[in-house]
Amino acid sequence: MTALLETKGLKAFYGDFQALFGVDITVAEGETIAIIGANGAGKTTLMRALSGVLTNAPDSVFCRGEAVGALAAPDILARGIAMVSEGRRLFPSLTVEENLMIGAYGKRRGAWTLATVYDLFPILKERRANPATALSGGQQQMVAIGRALMANPDVLLCDEISLGLAPVVVRDIYAAFPRIRESGAAIVIVEQDIGQALKVANRVYCMMEGRITLSGRPEALSRAAIHAAYFGAQSHDHS
Amino acid sequence: MTILDTIVQGVLLGGLYALFAAGLSLVFGIMRLVNLAHGDLIVLAAFLILVLVNGLGLNPFLAVLIVMPLMFIAGYALQAVLLNRTLGKDVLPPLLVTFGLSIVLQNALLEGFSADSRRISAGALETASINLGAVTIGLMPLMAFLSAVAVIVGLNLLIYRTALGRAFRATSDDPVTAGLMGIRPRQVFAVATGLAMAVVAIAALYLGTRANFDPTAGPARLIYAFEAVIIGGLGSLWGTLAGGVILGVAQTLGAAVNPEWQILSGHLAFLAVLLIRPRGLFPRAVD
Repeated sequence: MTALLETKGLKAFYGDFQALFGVDITVAEGETIAIIGANGAGKTTLMRALSGVLTNAPDSVFCRGEAVGALAAPDILARGIAMVSEGRRLFPSLTVEENLMIGAYGKRRGAWTLATVYDLFPILKERRANPATALSGGQQQMVAIGRALMANPDVLLCDEISLGLAPVVVRDIYAAFPRIRESGAAIVIVEQDIGQALKVANRVYCMMEGRITLSGRPEALSRAAIHAAYFGAQSHDHS
Repeated sequence: MTILDTIVQGVLLGGLYALFAAGLSLVFGIMRLVNLAHGDLIVLAAFLILVLVNGLGLNPFLAVLIVMPLMFIAGYALQAVLLNRTLGKDVLPPLLVTFGLSIVLQNALLEGFSADSRRISAGALETASINLGAVTIGLMPLMAFLSAVAVIVGLNLLIYRTALGRAFRATSDDPVTAGLMGIRPRQVFAVATGLAMAVVAIAALYLGTRANFDPTAGPARLIYAFEAVIIGGLGSLWGTLAGGVILGVAQTLGAAVNPEWQILSGHLAFLAVLLIRPRGLFPRAVD
């Protein structure tokens, strides 16, 4: 069976600097994948390659078996892959509602509409006429997630959605994930908050220095194994 | 001539300047591109209208309806083929390329139409006026002003009420994230320049019927357009209308004192606004 989204030996460069060294991941229909790792592990680079922001890996990214690594972001979106960018990246000139509506610019039909997004995040309906950047960080993150959902994606990529938010706010946002899953979308989350990631994911990939160092079902991974894969600290015992 | 009459004529002249400037303001607002060939494109459109009026005997108002879509296509192609390649972090390439385009256009028009100054004939409308006692309002200047208001209302509705307008603003804010929404920034830019050129066709009608023009008339129109945009504040279309009006009133007041002072007093008003409000009168809040 061909995977919904897959990378095979994905390498990525910024000039001379190599950020990814042959990354293999697969995402099946309806799955929730967590990608964890420290700062600089290559998680965001991986998301940029999956979403079409980086387009220089023509033979390494596949969507339903089709090579899509050279396609620009609008073409990736047309294949049902939407991204919630790190730092939210809302449009300051647009209101909350306009930010959500622009998510539907690609005109993919499905369950997600303004009404269902407002149902998922009721606070956004109250603040629909405000400039998006006038909202609190957590509310802005809800706009960013709602905006991506408006494209009715088959895969929702979420890059560091808990970054800079209070734990109680993060919990509220993650509380929306079961309903996003019910809509049929596969979810790929990139997280530094390992606890949160292990709670929602069916499968986890751990990255370090541009490589996948560990993967598996969260319940099958020991704390020690995750710790080693995350920090690369298995045998630095000099005593 | 009473002072009231002078001011009214200045306000109406300001409508013409706002028409010159609206396209410039739109393009700058969306893609931070300063098109130095804007004035020459107005003159090009005026010659196109002239060809239709003189060659086919069309009414100039009918001719402009034909020239508007032609200019839209020309603007779309210009942006898609040439100007998109100049956009980037560096502000110099678009300036150099549009400066070059300005010279190319002027020389091409000179080749095609000679250096003679020309005028688009609007028949009896040219001299028609409404007499309000102390003030006499020419019908053509009034129509130019009302056209400017209509263009600005129309562009604002487009920008703030439609999906295309949201795409304009989003692309202006952040082209990379706009791409993630399925927006193709280069295509959006091409549509914006096309729209600006359709507005240029309207401006050309009033340029050509109001006074004589020749292939070298573009740069002066560009300066008026620039001054209107900057007085009004970058990125605000109503500000551009206000800027045009201030420029027009300053020019007619200057001319009332001494006819030689018309252009000079417009520039002085522009400098005065720059001194007091360097960002213009109505700068956009988000920049």
